[in-house]
Amino acid sequence: MLNTSPSPNTITIERLNKSYSDVKPGSSGSLHYIIKDIDLVVKGGEFFVLLGPSGCGKSTLLNMIAGFVSKTGGSLRVGNDEVDKPGKERAVVFQQADSSLFPWLTVRQNVEFGLKMKKMPKDQRQEISDRYIRLVGLFGHESKFPRELSGGMKQRVQLARVLANDPAILLMDEPFGALDAMTRRIMQKELSQIWRETGKTVIFVTHDIQEALLLGQRIAVMSTGPNARISSIYQVPIGYPRDPASPSLNELQRHIQSHFDAELEGGMYP
Amino acid sequence: MKLLHKKWVTIPLLWIITFIVWQIGAWIYGPEIIPGPAATWQGARELLSDGSLMRYIGISFYRVFAGWALGSLLAIPIGLTIGKVTAIRVFAEPFLNFVRFIPPIAFITLFLVWFGIGEQSKIALIMYATLFIVIINTLTGVLAIEEDRIRSARSMGASEWQILLHVVIPATTPYIFTGIRLAMGTSYMAIIGAEMIAANEGVGFLIWNSRLYFRTDWIFVGLISLGLMGFVTDRIVGWLGSKLLFRYGVINTTAFRRR
Repeated sequence: MLNTSPSPNTITIERLNKSYSDVKPGSSGSLHYIIKDIDLVVKGGEFFVLLGPSGCGKSTLLNMIAGFVSKTGGSLRVGNDEVDKPGKERAVVFQQADSSLFPWLTVRQNVEFGLKMKKMPKDQRQEISDRYIRLVGLFGHESKFPRELSGGMKQRVQLARVLANDPAILLMDEPFGALDAMTRRIMQKELSQIWRETGKTVIFVTHDIQEALLLGQRIAVMSTGPNARISSIYQVPIGYPRDPASPSLNELQRHIQSHFDAELEGGMYP
Repeated sequence: MKLLHKKWVTIPLLWIITFIVWQIGAWIYGPEIIPGPAATWQGARELLSDGSLMRYIGISFYRVFAGWALGSLLAIPIGLTIGKVTAIRVFAEPFLNFVRFIPPIAFITLFLVWFGIGEQSKIALIMYATLFIVIINTLTGVLAIEEDRIRSARSMGASEWQILLHVVIPATTPYIFTGIRLAMGTSYMAIIGAEMIAANEGVGFLIWNSRLYFRTDWIFVGLISLGLMGFVTDRIVGWLGSKLLFRYGVINTTAFRRR
């Protein structure tokens, strides 16, 4: 990494911290770390998965990359720029579509939101929203409101809405966690395909080992918080589209599972 | 008994029962204490024939509408500001919670002194009655906005001003609407109080003035007019809300009840 300037959608994280101080009366204000000393480089165009149990700090890390949560130490760069606020190049797909979509706007208006904010003319907006509404398979539903859609369709709207802004990086926080198993499988396939077609950097947070293995090129396993850090990173050398029943995938799944089991037995939960 | 679930049966039935009980009351206590339906109708015709009833209704309605509209227009930006700016909210909230317990009627004398005995003092009173309800509802709406909605707008490149315009205001609209609709009720209460004490026109004046002639039938006419005015305006506001603001999640509660 000497003097080579990273590609503009590479994410470089060095000794990143998020801590809060205990300000209870009587205590000396000791520091508590939610995440501690994380080092990570996510290359441009990579599909990177953050895997860990709930409460491990993976969402905090994602929110820090998104610019929603400020760091308390270390460095977090996208390209060469230090992240200190949200930016258009980093799009976020939230876990709950209900609380992130705009219920007063139709599907099309939701998808066009970012374009309208930068005052793009109407016909241009329509062309782009048409393309992404088709891409996520919502053709024919453009004038419906979010409340008229199923959970899977709402997540498709979220995906089309961020893709329409053509961000370099997609940050996804357990986007399929609330979907039924069948819909989730379909969405995983489509996301994987969209990623391969668009070549965007994706950071995908999940607690589902199989989901991580179906999607990610690399999987970072996070230790349970507090003081969360990345305990190991797995390469997934399997081509796409991936088959959940393939032996090599199952082998890796067992391996990661045993990693978690060992950590649980290691006295994290007495 | 299935018929009792039908609206065209229950509503007329309710009115027939009301009229019977009313009439029985009139027979028992005499027309001075309780004027019956016929006597009230007679009184109403007297008031209608010289045009005074319609004029009083018009004047009371004008005062309520002017004060309510001005009060709401003033309250919405104030509520949005208090909700958005934490530094202002810290100071405004205790103040709001203090003032909202002072009923508008308690201010009548002061408002007369401050704004004179003309229309201004009445409209100011209605504005006061409207202001705090709408501010508090707007403020609650702003505080109830999902953080994810703001965050998603921000990460799609919206400026703070655009977030206010395209996220905060639409998301708060149902709360603002509820505040406005509730304020209509308190506005009627306030105007009647004001007209009883300091006015020579209006429905409140009619009700208060009728005691001088011991015309209980006129008082009944005034009460019924008030009920009708409130009912009609609430229906209109509710209907307009559900028609114009449906996409923001405003639903007509009457339609809801019927289901």
